[in-house]
Amino acid sequence: MRVPVSWLLEHVQLPPDGAPLTADAVGEALIRVGLEVEDVLPIPATTGPLVVGRVASIEELTEFKKPIRYCRVDVGPEHNDTEGDGAGTRGIVCGATNFVEGDLVVAALPGAVLPGDFAIAARKTYGHVSDGMICALDELGLGDDHSGILVLPPGTADPGDDGATLLGLDDAVLDIAVTPDRGYALSVRGVARELACALDAPYGDPALMGFELPTPDGDAWPVHLDPASGCRRFVARRVTDLDPTAPSPWWLRRRLLLCGVRPISLAVDVTNYVMLELGQPMHAYDATRLSGDIVVRRAGADEKITTLDDAQRALDPDDVLVTDDSGPIGLAGIMGGASTEVGPETADVLLEAATWDAPSVARAARRHRLPSEAARRFEREVDPAVARAATDRAAWLLANYGGATVSSGVTDEGPFSDPVPAPAPVLMALDLPDRVAGTRYERGAVVRRLSQIGCAVEVAGADPGGSGEAGVRATPPTWRPDLTRPADLVEEVLRLEGYAGIPSELPAARPGTGLTLGQRRRRQVSRALADAGYDEVLPSPFVAPSVFDALGLDDGDPRRRALRLANPLDADRALMATTLLPGLLDAVVRNVSRGLRDLALYQIGQVVRPGADGPAEAPVLPVDARPDDAAFATVLEGLPDQPLRVGAVLAGAWDRAGWWGPGRPADWADAIEAARLVGQVYGAELTVTSDRHAPWHPGRCAALHLPDGTLVGHAGELHPKVLETLGLPARTCAMELELDRLPLVEARPSPAVSPFPPVLLDVALVLDAAVPSDAVVTALRDGGGDLVEDVRLFDVYTGPQVGEGNRSLAFALRLRAPDRTLTLEEASARRDAAVATAAERHGARLR
Amino acid sequence: MSGTNDLYDPKQVAALDPETLDAARAEASAAFAGATTLEALTALKPAHLGDRSPVLTARREIGALPPQARSESGKRVNEVRQAIQTEYDQRHAVLSTERDERVLAEEAVDVTLPGDRHARGSRHPLTQISERVADIFIGMGYEVAEGPEVESEWLNFDALNFLPDHPARTMQDTFHVEPPEARQVLRTHTSPVQIRTLLARDLPVYVVCPGRTFRTDELDATHTPVFHQVEGLAVDEGITMAHLKGTLDAFAQAMFGPESVTRLRPSYFPFTEPSAEVDVWFPEKRGGAGWVEWGGCGMVDPNVLRACGVDAEKYSGFAFGMGLERTLQFRNGLPDMRDMVEGDVRFTSAFAVEP
Repeated sequence: MRVPVSWLLEHVQLPPDGAPLTADAVGEALIRVGLEVEDVLPIPATTGPLVVGRVASIEELTEFKKPIRYCRVDVGPEHNDTEGDGAGTRGIVCGATNFVEGDLVVAALPGAVLPGDFAIAARKTYGHVSDGMICALDELGLGDDHSGILVLPPGTADPGDDGATLLGLDDAVLDIAVTPDRGYALSVRGVARELACALDAPYGDPALMGFELPTPDGDAWPVHLDPASGCRRFVARRVTDLDPTAPSPWWLRRRLLLCGVRPISLAVDVTNYVMLELGQPMHAYDATRLSGDIVVRRAGADEKITTLDDAQRALDPDDVLVTDDSGPIGLAGIMGGASTEVGPETADVLLEAATWDAPSVARAARRHRLPSEAARRFEREVDPAVARAATDRAAWLLANYGGATVSSGVTDEGPFSDPVPAPAPVLMALDLPDRVAGTRYERGAVVRRLSQIGCAVEVAGADPGGSGEAGVRATPPTWRPDLTRPADLVEEVLRLEGYAGIPSELPAARPGTGLTLGQRRRRQVSRALADAGYDEVLPSPFVAPSVFDALGLDDGDPRRRALRLANPLDADRALMATTLLPGLLDAVVRNVSRGLRDLALYQIGQVVRPGADGPAEAPVLPVDARPDDAAFATVLEGLPDQPLRVGAVLAGAWDRAGWWGPGRPADWADAIEAARLVGQVYGAELTVTSDRHAPWHPGRCAALHLPDGTLVGHAGELHPKVLETLGLPARTCAMELELDRLPLVEARPSPAVSPFPPVLLDVALVLDAAVPSDAVVTALRDGGGDLVEDVRLFDVYTGPQVGEGNRSLAFALRLRAPDRTLTLEEASARRDAAVATAAERHGARLR
Repeated sequence: MSGTNDLYDPKQVAALDPETLDAARAEASAAFAGATTLEALTALKPAHLGDRSPVLTARREIGALPPQARSESGKRVNEVRQAIQTEYDQRHAVLSTERDERVLAEEAVDVTLPGDRHARGSRHPLTQISERVADIFIGMGYEVAEGPEVESEWLNFDALNFLPDHPARTMQDTFHVEPPEARQVLRTHTSPVQIRTLLARDLPVYVVCPGRTFRTDELDATHTPVFHQVEGLAVDEGITMAHLKGTLDAFAQAMFGPESVTRLRPSYFPFTEPSAEVDVWFPEKRGGAGWVEWGGCGMVDPNVLRACGVDAEKYSGFAFGMGLERTLQFRNGLPDMRDMVEGDVRFTSAFAVEP
């Protein structure tokens, strides 16, 4: 909501002897009580002579590509030329054509500086001396309208009058973001009330201005409300004999402009003005285009309406309509219909001020994607009591400025018609604000503050909360439907007393248990990978279905079963990732494109794994009590699995080349090592077995399992085809593990550390190359028994010496006894036993 | 080995002559002085101090002397031997020092050569700040609560007092999940974790909930559809707004330094009443110390407590929430939100591994 400061101050009575309030001070006062003033926008300064002028003559200069006029303008004796042909006027060249001789305009004369450091000087142009400039609104800093120059309504001022005073340029506009609970603040009436509260100043309610209008007598128009429409009140008043050509007065146009509303015609401007002033959206019908009684009802099947914006809209049975014999003539609370719109000839106007059902308007505005100014107010609730004041105000303005006659009929229908029922009173313990704030407010503060916002307050005897203290009974005003509970009243007291007065104190410290084991492990994984040289990235989880093809997943692969968003930002990326790899690989591509080639990236995050049946319809749970456990469980079970994972990708060099020698490219073994590292963080030795699993290279893919056989994830080099499709560097490697599958062990068992010396023995075994080294290690350990402390593979050899299809694996064995110095003979016997087991299981022979 | 001594004649034991011994000593002295390397010196040792050296040969002859002569001769031989050994040791020390100096000089390197054989890794600043926040609250006795990112609408909205057709629902531009009957969304805040906590844990509850959240904002320098929040919730007997303020002040001081304080401005959130925006006094603000918008907070709305089955007459609570991207942006002077999501390693690397 944009509102000029001058308009607000018209309704707030400042102390006569006080210093004038600056716009910034007004903004700060409003912020203090809870209006979010996003900007204080002073009207940009104009300096130097700016005067009212009357166009005396217009000479069309036709020899130029665009229309150019040489005008003689009477700018008052002080500024007019005193001699020559044009004595009594001043010559100004103008490119606009929206004015005629006799029009009142505003001219900036040489020496004036307009907003944007636009200095005006006399200059020769188009063959004439232009001795000033006739101004458009935007050039004066009043909005952004540059469709023509500003033409003032006749009689607004006299030539030579000071333009800046007339235009009210010494003003500022507040841009206020109104929160959804404060619909009343979408009006000057509401904002000015807040300002009065903030300044503790008397407030004048614009809804209480009285107007001399014919005494109500009968209906303005027959109106019938279907109770199912939810319409609470429908007020109508009719004016006739309106001069459709009568312009809106300058002060009204100025206020609309500063509020960001474009002036159109008197009838339209008046309805907009009343909405801004009182918060009551209004509609003006051309009464001659109405046929028969007005009926308010919900839409029927297959009904359509053409709205003011000339869009034809199919209606929903939930839509509330204003109809006449011709059918729908308005989408209630959102936008009027085209068929009864006021036009350039309209002289007979029916004014409507209704109170619509807020949720209905909210739903319809969303359904039709019409977030109109009216809808914005109705969905936040409009004061039902202001409808009469609004119609009277509008009728009076039309009578006063458009020569209209106000008919005596007043229609006032609906359950909230005069007298408007008072909202239910709220009972609150008098000390509740103290207890919520943690302070003690001075006596009388509660009653004073609640009265200030418009509540009728009585101090009641016993407190409803039962603390034995006194209570208050506050009947909220009709414009505050949000005040229904003691907590709502507490907020009003606290915010008006000022949050700055609430003390700062810590609640008593209580014993905590620190991070959970799972939380600690996740941090450790993150640190371990970073310490190992990986950089953490946080890519977006939104993916395109095509990524699963690019990863080479089978048609039936469960990773293709992804959760779909109904309203993705990018229609191509409507799915939630089922694996961390697409995001990580995207990050590789981006880094490579930026010239960063040696990459080791990781991410820890949730993936979304919907079940085979997809999300089911969820039961609607209550909000007025704790949900039934079973129903709540159904809701939770309906959510997809969202396991926590860690993923890593590697490309380019792992060890860099340098003065120390050549580098080493990252390879499949680094990826597997990253996975084992993660396992070790959890105290789990992951077993590595060869696997074929997209998107990995079928010969360079490891599955990682827990000792109990639980699959934890995969690691290795990615499939060359995947790399090609995704534009990734050759030999890019990756790993992905599900952290939720790793065991959480609080205390690892302590090892028994033998102080006796070891015996170190090496063995080289020749085996079929297909035998996994890991299996040979297991065989050596099993065969060697408990004296084998460590088995480490230190060399792999293939070549003619070991025969086709074979390879040689060289192991260093470290043997040690827990209780004595191991002899070489004993150790050798164990080594022989280890080799024998490897021979037996895998056909290994000593090289 | 020894000289002939079949006839007793001390004059025959020429090796024990003082002159002979002095000559041996002088010879050794000259030889040692002439050795210019440790190797050369070591090579001279057998000739002057070895078994066949004159002085040791002489010592063996002592046994042939009559007992009364042994003492004097023995003393003389030992003195000479000692002297030769000392000269040797001194020369050895000199040559060792020379060698050490030479070798160390030869082994000098260009210490400015790079040693980064392997790149260092780094943790994303959002992870770091999230952990930092969690640690601050753990220090105040809180626990860390978490929840899923695809969340039920009831938990994300209904239970948090967002009425179905209330415009508050549209305050948070929400990603909805197909099909609509499933009533699931990408959580727009971490507040559903508060509901989960209140439903699952015994009171009192003091938790902090960091996590990834989603809103349909296009990615630009100051917005991202995927962002991170941290929220706090305390529900206990006698919790006041003063406690909220004290907690926020303590939080701000831990994050931004001891001079930090917070300021509350009245605002509106469906799940708190009263509600407030939190500004923080930030001494390092660009263009001079000043207030920076930091997050939202308030006293837990009684409707929220009711939906969680908490007795709102007995218990009260406060809640607050901050965007971690925003916090990072102003704390670390980060110009563009996109850097946080694009995964450029130069960005993450700058933040190393702390905390």
